Amino acid sequence: MKGLLKLMTASALLTLVWGGAHAAKRDITLGMQLEPPNLDPTGGAAAAIDEVVYANVMEGLTRFDANGGVQPALAESWEISGDGLNYTFKLRTGVKFHDGTPFDAEDVKFSLDRARAADSTNAQKALFAGISEVSVVNPGTVRVTLSKPNGGFLFNMAWGDAVIVAPESAANNATNPVGTGPFVFKQWVKGDRVEIERNASYWGAPVKLDRVTFKFISDPTAAFASMMAEDVDAFSVFPAPENLPQFEMDPRFQVIVGSTEGETILSTNNSRAPFSNLKVRQAIAHAIDRQAIIDGAMFGFGTPIGSHFAPHNPAYVDLTGRYAHDPAKAKQLLADAGYPNGFKASLKLPPPSYARRGGEIIAAQLRQVGIDLEISNVEWAQWIDQVFKRKDYDLTIVSHTEPMDIGIYARDEYYFQYVNPEFKSVMAELDAESDPGQRTALMQKAQRIISDDAVNGFLFQLAKTGVANAKIRGLWKNAPTQANDMTGVYWVD
Amino acid sequence: MLRYALGRLTSLGLGLLAASVVIFTMLEVVPGDPASFMLGLNAQPDTVEALRSQLGLDAPAPQRYVTWMLGLFQGEFGTSYTYRVPVSELIYQRLWVSLPLALYALTLSTLIALPAGVWAASRRNSPADFSVMGFTQLGIAVPNFWFAMLLVLLFSITLRWFSAGGFPGWDQGVLKGLKALTLPAVALALPQASILTRVLRSALLDAMGEDYIRTARAKGLSSRQALWKHALRNAMIPVLTILGMQFSFLIAGAVIIENVFYLPGLGRLVFQGITQRDLIVVKSVSILLVLAVITVTFLVDLAYAWVDPRLRRR
Repeated sequence: MKGLLKLMTASALLTLVWGGAHAAKRDITLGMQLEPPNLDPTGGAAAAIDEVVYANVMEGLTRFDANGGVQPALAESWEISGDGLNYTFKLRTGVKFHDGTPFDAEDVKFSLDRARAADSTNAQKALFAGISEVSVVNPGTVRVTLSKPNGGFLFNMAWGDAVIVAPESAANNATNPVGTGPFVFKQWVKGDRVEIERNASYWGAPVKLDRVTFKFISDPTAAFASMMAEDVDAFSVFPAPENLPQFEMDPRFQVIVGSTEGETILSTNNSRAPFSNLKVRQAIAHAIDRQAIIDGAMFGFGTPIGSHFAPHNPAYVDLTGRYAHDPAKAKQLLADAGYPNGFKASLKLPPPSYARRGGEIIAAQLRQVGIDLEISNVEWAQWIDQVFKRKDYDLTIVSHTEPMDIGIYARDEYYFQYVNPEFKSVMAELDAESDPGQRTALMQKAQRIISDDAVNGFLFQLAKTGVANAKIRGLWKNAPTQANDMTGVYWVD
Repeated sequence: MLRYALGRLTSLGLGLLAASVVIFTMLEVVPGDPASFMLGLNAQPDTVEALRSQLGLDAPAPQRYVTWMLGLFQGEFGTSYTYRVPVSELIYQRLWVSLPLALYALTLSTLIALPAGVWAASRRNSPADFSVMGFTQLGIAVPNFWFAMLLVLLFSITLRWFSAGGFPGWDQGVLKGLKALTLPAVALALPQASILTRVLRSALLDAMGEDYIRTARAKGLSSRQALWKHALRNAMIPVLTILGMQFSFLIAGAVIIENVFYLPGLGRLVFQGITQRDLIVVKSVSILLVLAVITVTFLVDLAYAWVDPRLRRR
């Protein structure tokens, strides 16, 4: 006991000493709820992979900036041929991978060919589907030929799944990621943390941090304790929104609330009766009170949506008024559809709190119009198997976090089981169109179609609720992609 | 004694074999395919197939069982689906947290329980006995994760003596490592110490009522001398049983405490393996834990024979 007391006293003294030398910090500890399964963004879908390596360790031809815009990265500039089929990228010179091998056009060809190969395990292989050929013009220039025009090609190349890797190191990126980014992978203590360090020979503007530690804390209570004890400097997505008011009151912290690409929806199996009936889907849309769900499930954080589109996107149309909350009208529509006494259906809920809490509220709202939902909680692996692959479900709640993913409504086999030739032709037009004004018009048309069809219950845009030490600057407010871009982050005194 | 040990050893082997079949079968029927889980929502079917064959998931189940068992005999657990490193490496890293934590907690609980139990038994129905019984009742009733949160609240957030969790790694120094394990060990030790104290006390009191104690008293030993010389050794059998069970529990069952303190231990590895469908990790860790529990039980059985000569003669 005496030893323990000594230990406690010693550590208290140490804390005091360290506390005095707090100024000019050049390292940061960032909390994350999930640990990445591996560190290769070209070989897995887990968002946690990008949350560590995107823009920090690995870079692509283009990249997303904090507002979701597409910026040049390893490609300095590009030219698009008149027919929209040829993209000629001029690459940056003097760039080296972290293992010292130089970066050139061969690496670009290798990376893109690897991602679209028959045995590729890229989780977003569709991004590369339109590429028909990648050719090296000279070491500093690469030309990508598409089989048909794709207005979103530069956007696609900014994804984490499209980062450029080197043939020498690609096979080991899962455990030892080698990229061209401003930080070098240092070590991964599995189950605890990943450390990255400043890349002294980086080609671009040097970063202001010497070291970043990503610490994995899954339990929300533990996350709260780690912030309060100042073991962790920031969480870019804090797992428990209910704690945010407490952080707001505390001058040591800042709360950063922004938007994500996560459209949270009540996904509906459009091929199953009674949901195949438009009137039934409209009735559900009228029965849902979005604000009540945001307040109840997300403690007020989130923006109501009326279609599958992010409100911060310039092409967004506010369609939340299309089916306003109106239980009486919902009942009428159900009666018109031949269900005057309502019906029974199932609701499968994956683990995130937006689904588990939101599901209870939606079940209560639908019960008021006569739809009786039987809730079953499922794990992610079960959800993917039952709902997503086998389409064995009536309703489920999930946040679709991929950026600009309205195109999934054009896929007949997708788990919504929604088939609409008109929508598909709009999407085909959009793919072929590169004029910004026309693209906006088409995207707005697409939003209206799925909103009119009430394909799914459109609920809210998931908020990004971050907490950070009050002295940290440069963290992303919004999440145009799931990343923790540390390149612009620094401490002030 | 040898026959006794051999008999125990045979049942150990059979138990292990049965466990391997049960674990393998259970994970076969668990819904959720590791490859589709890893590749997420936008993956194309041919990508999932490519990954399945890369992971060796396309072979028939009996073949995979045999491969797994053959690997186990060679100490080869296979490669983790998600981490892409050998499972043995993962387990080895985690054991360096879980094992010291379990030993630390067990040491604390024994150091508390032995004196407290003997003290309470030797002063039966005195205020000392009542207060020990009261405290242990509380120790059993308080859930250890909640107690852990209270410890964090006091020592990490308010006093700032300890960090709220995490593990720096032994390479940062033994003292730093021990410091990181102190709050978790205390949280784990409290209920264990309480149970152990109560078991020891009642076992001692039972023994004190036996004929041989009366004989010892008649031969002139004081009550306290009789307790130390004769009753304590006889009271050790239930105490050893509980200690063995506690050790197994501490290795396998510290999941919640590991989550509260975000420690990279075995429990969290299994937990994460289950949610991410890293079934090969789940399989391997489960069989290892079964082995640990069976081995501890075996050692406890041997220890019985050591404290109780009657078992040795069988």
